Amino acid sequence: MTPLRAAALLLLALAAGVAAAAATPTDSLYRIEAPLTDQDGRAARLDLHSGRATLVAMFYGSCPHVCPMLVSSMQRMESGLDAPARARLRVLMLSLDPERDTPDRLREVAQRHRADLARWTFARTPDADVRRIAAALGVQYRRLPDGEISHSTIVTLLDAEGRLVASTSQPLRPEPEFLRALHTHTAPERTTPP
Amino acid sequence: MSRRVSPRSARNIFQWCVCALCVLCGQAFAADYARVEGARFRSVLPAAPPDDTAAVAPFLLARRPVTNGEFLAFVRAHPQWRRDRIARLFADEGYLRHWAEAGALGTADPQQPVTQVSWFAAVAYCEAQGARLPTWHEWEWAAAADERSTDARDDPAWRQRILSWYSRPATDDLRRVAAGAPDVRGVHDLHGLIWEWVEDFGSLLVGGDSRESGDPDRMKFCGSGALDLEQKENYAVLMRIALLSSLQARSTMRHLGFRCARPAPGAP
Repeated sequence: MTPLRAAALLLLALAAGVAAAAATPTDSLYRIEAPLTDQDGRAARLDLHSGRATLVAMFYGSCPHVCPMLVSSMQRMESGLDAPARARLRVLMLSLDPERDTPDRLREVAQRHRADLARWTFARTPDADVRRIAAALGVQYRRLPDGEISHSTIVTLLDAEGRLVASTSQPLRPEPEFLRALHTHTAPERTTPP
Repeated sequence: MSRRVSPRSARNIFQWCVCALCVLCGQAFAADYARVEGARFRSVLPAAPPDDTAAVAPFLLARRPVTNGEFLAFVRAHPQWRRDRIARLFADEGYLRHWAEAGALGTADPQQPVTQVSWFAAVAYCEAQGARLPTWHEWEWAAAADERSTDARDDPAWRQRILSWYSRPATDDLRRVAAGAPDVRGVHDLHGLIWEWVEDFGSLLVGGDSRESGDPDRMKFCGSGALDLEQKENYAVLMRIALLSSLQARSTMRHLGFRCARPAPGAP
């Protein structure tokens, strides 16, 4: 092997190593490469909040009672954090009803809840990705003949790399372990970039 | 002087081309897919209780479950679905474990149905064919058929045959697909060979309307309806629901495979 060739191989190996280190963990939700459209009509990807601990939940805009409660319950979880921790947390609300939840409608929902859009994102993604994300999060949902969607309300905490670290199906009264995980993952050392 | 094609004959030619295309495509699909006419039928998971029915639009259903051989071709074309490369989000440790290697079947028969596949992998396979998984209601309606009728569910022999499969030891080797007689539509193996993934496997038991409930512990489901299990005597089919509902999208099992479906030409 010529020295030149050996050097090239070494470089290749190094590049591969760097790529592997930077890759999304194999159990991360961000392995689903879903295209999102947010409440301002901007295109984004499912991993738009990567690098920050993120609460993610699925809802739909015309949901009359429980979805508003879901959003408020997540705001309550946030208010349990101190201001710097809250500033480190991101929230992703994904629509189960991409056809009807246009950006305008998503923005309406956000405004109705006075959501802090510097940290919160309301987004839709194509049906096939809704199914994949719901399956990964364990969110059950079914479209009913009257147009409503019966769905389970699950709030999932993702770590900075998108791994599912905790979830609760009782967002109004989350389990102590869930709240502990929320505190741990919004602590300063967790989200400081390496 | 050039001959001009009248608008009318141009339209005829166009219509003829469209028809020819439809026939050609139809024939290409016909080999692998059977047409299932739309129906409103008595379902074990009715869409809006107390009405005990569900409706399906016309669709095409694969005549056979996907085989080891077909799935091997898929992972060769899409190596991110090889068992040594698949993301842990998408499959558990059992994924394709019955194959000798990540890219070779070894002693696994190419004609056997592929099993040990997760829902994510089944969805990706069907998408790669321009297809999708059937929904539960589509599967349930197609599986109501036998060799003579599209709805044989009231026939005690139909039920007995399914139940006798359940009672076979799970350690038995899987036979090859399409080894037995097809049903009235030419579809094989909906019963008697494997469990099959459906698109909405995780949402079969969604229910419990809690919109009006002020009890936070009951704030689990949102929506105006609930699914109730009907026809409790039809336990042969209910066993499928029990099994599917117990799975996660990344789960794999020795006797769990899938087949694909497509929208019927002309259907929404």
